[in-house]
Amino acid sequence: MSREWCTLVPRIEQLARGLGLDFHPVEFEAVPDSFMMEIAVYGLPVRMPHWSFGVRYIYQLIQRHMGHSRLFEVVFPGNPGHAYLSAGNGLAENVLVSAHVFGHADFSRNNLLFRRCQGQVSERIVEHAAQHARQIQHAIDTYGVERVEAVLDAALALEQHIDVDQPLRRAPYPQYLEPAKALADDAFRRRFAALDPASPAADATGPQRAPLPPHPERDLLWFVAQYAPQMESWERDVFLAVREESFYFYPVFATQIMNEGWASYWHARLLREADFIPQQAYLDAIRCHSEVVRPVAADEQVALSVNPYHLGFSLWEHIVAQRGLDAAFAIRVEDDDFAFIRNHLTRDLAEELGLFRYRARDGKVTVLQTDLDALHEAILAPKYNFGAPAVFARRVCADGALELWHDHRLDGRGLDLERSRKVLEYLQRLWRRPVRLVTTDEDGAELELSVT
Amino acid sequence: MNEPVGGLSPFSAAKWYELFSRGARDWLRHDAKVRDAVRRHLPELVSAGEIISGAARTVRVPVKLLEHYRFRLRRSAEQQSVGQGAAKPGDVLLDPTHRPAPAGKGPGGEQDGEVQLLLELKVEDIVEWLWEEMRLPNLQPRAGPSEQTEWTREGWDRRGARSRLDRRRSFKELVKRRGAPGAVPTFTDEDLRFRQLSRRRRPALRAVVFLLLDVSGSMSERDRQLAKSFFFWTVQGLRRQYRMLETVFVAHTTEAWEFTESEFFQVTGTGGTVASKGFGKVSDIIAERFATQQYNVYVYYASDGDNAASDLAVAREALEKLAHQTCFCGYVEVAAGLSRRLETETGRLFDERAAAGGAVERCVLGGFEDIWAALRTFFAAQERAGRDV
Repeated sequence: MSREWCTLVPRIEQLARGLGLDFHPVEFEAVPDSFMMEIAVYGLPVRMPHWSFGVRYIYQLIQRHMGHSRLFEVVFPGNPGHAYLSAGNGLAENVLVSAHVFGHADFSRNNLLFRRCQGQVSERIVEHAAQHARQIQHAIDTYGVERVEAVLDAALALEQHIDVDQPLRRAPYPQYLEPAKALADDAFRRRFAALDPASPAADATGPQRAPLPPHPERDLLWFVAQYAPQMESWERDVFLAVREESFYFYPVFATQIMNEGWASYWHARLLREADFIPQQAYLDAIRCHSEVVRPVAADEQVALSVNPYHLGFSLWEHIVAQRGLDAAFAIRVEDDDFAFIRNHLTRDLAEELGLFRYRARDGKVTVLQTDLDALHEAILAPKYNFGAPAVFARRVCADGALELWHDHRLDGRGLDLERSRKVLEYLQRLWRRPVRLVTTDEDGAELELSVT
Repeated sequence: MNEPVGGLSPFSAAKWYELFSRGARDWLRHDAKVRDAVRRHLPELVSAGEIISGAARTVRVPVKLLEHYRFRLRRSAEQQSVGQGAAKPGDVLLDPTHRPAPAGKGPGGEQDGEVQLLLELKVEDIVEWLWEEMRLPNLQPRAGPSEQTEWTREGWDRRGARSRLDRRRSFKELVKRRGAPGAVPTFTDEDLRFRQLSRRRRPALRAVVFLLLDVSGSMSERDRQLAKSFFFWTVQGLRRQYRMLETVFVAHTTEAWEFTESEFFQVTGTGGTVASKGFGKVSDIIAERFATQQYNVYVYYASDGDNAASDLAVAREALEKLAHQTCFCGYVEVAAGLSRRLETETGRLFDERAAAGGAVERCVLGGFEDIWAALRTFFAAQERAGRDV
């Protein structure tokens, strides 16, 4: 890869900026396929060691051996952005992929969700993650691999349980309840009080200690790091390191359809408008594009999943055609996948794309009636709450026991008990007091798991 | 593909990832955890009646990949999702990812695409772990006066075969000579140094273990299985200590015969038990083939403990003789279903011998779970006996 690529890419970049894309400089690096695979497994170029990544690595190796999934590029947002290209790419693929990378870089610089999370985590997540890895390696050297592993077992199991609506560096809860506001002493109040003289007007017992937590808490990583009765400070730091990385991963997860679609839209458009690309490279690149951005595998009629590249790409093409480029730029700033799908996946478009809902039972797949709202929800269902069940920290009892609560109303059914018990076991080793979890069984009746 | 991409990259100077794979590191850690888990359950695994043939040097254990658990929703029988393609409402499609649940394996589907790891464990490793895990004592081999000689490297000489030329050493000689005034800075024959060999004498660590099995009518199939398991692990334990361990298989009823290993465990007999015949046969073989001074001799006897009453005096004498010929005699009483120490004829014989200060020990095997306790008893006794010598 080559001088040719080196001359082409600055011109593509110039073209992209000319068309209105706005991004931080991107640093490209060609890396061997094995390293691409590791990035896919870890999510970051350098990340903390944990055996669970080893399991994912095995699965990834198997996938690769079976000829699935080849990664062309991975890009990390930031200033500057880091893009890793597979060293196995040809010139055409690299031209396509570089254009794609500029699309991502524009998206992550402008999208509000990305900006908010990056504002919290900083624009140097790659370096932060490497720092965490170093810090954890240091902990391993100091405390031994078993102890650090116990902390990571718990922290990574709760990886998705964060609350991005709260700041990354969050203040602890107030210790005392806010005193009730003194009620205005007006005629109505006096008459109301006269109705029942026994009713306590306002007991002046001084400030009331706030319960812990004052409300069910979604951010389990933070809550444990903040309030575990006997955790050591380095253990809390590990929890917070995992949480910081989750804050980085959240926007990637919650805008996947938009982000991939946007990058695909732009690589297609940039290639189309770049008249300086050699004819053959252009043709090869377009062939590569249509392999990635296609709804169903070449030899099949129907797919039982949706290719986010294709869905996002089609939506963006439609938006630009119908409403113009400026509207598209505004949407890429404001929306996340939830808004994007609900606002822009119309009935006509869904029909045109051949999207359908289905019900699978005992290996039998039945296609359901068309219903746009239900279709939206079916696409978005796996994305709620960072893809994890809604589990809250509800109470810390007097003896220090932690009570978690699964809100089955949000998820429609209860938790997998066997796995939940294992997670509680991970957590109990750090909370060092009993840990309980309230969820529901098949019939919707409450059920308590407890690990002491 | 070491060419940097347009010199744009700040990382291109250090290609650490070509030298180091984090994925492989964490994979190894995972496998180490699996091994640990297998190892923790090893005593149960290997005593679960799963007998490994004497020839096998490895055991394969299929294990699942470990799962890192997270909160997940309960699986529901029905899933709704979104697909794409030419399908109309009401169409029924086939799910290519669905595999019917294997009969009788609970709610199915969970095993979709599951990967199994085939962990290959060396028998030696297992034995090593077990010895650590069970804290079984290490034997003190008795070094016989008979010695083996072997060649070892020792010293240098100015003459020798070309293949033994020590280049480094020769070069040093050159350097030394060059330091002297008026020296010629080229190799001369004087500089050459050749490695020399010399004969070293080493105490021999040779051992023979006699596995003596009572195959009379009263020994059930299960009794023999138990004895076989026990014998297997005993031999493995001895192998840890002796590079050259010979095994001799003897079975007896009212007569005694020597067998090959493969025949040995197939043998069934009928009729009564005369232990003295077995002891006598072993004694004869020792005298004939294994001069006591050269060998560490171990005898393990497995029986249900019933011995003909008329044999008592003869057996006592035979055992006494045997005890003098051997480093250690172990008697394992197989009593499938029972685990207390029974008062049996043979048991009493060994108790007497032990009281008289012989290197003997006895144990009761009620089931596979007792094997480890038995091994520990025997190896501890052997160690004591070895120290006393």
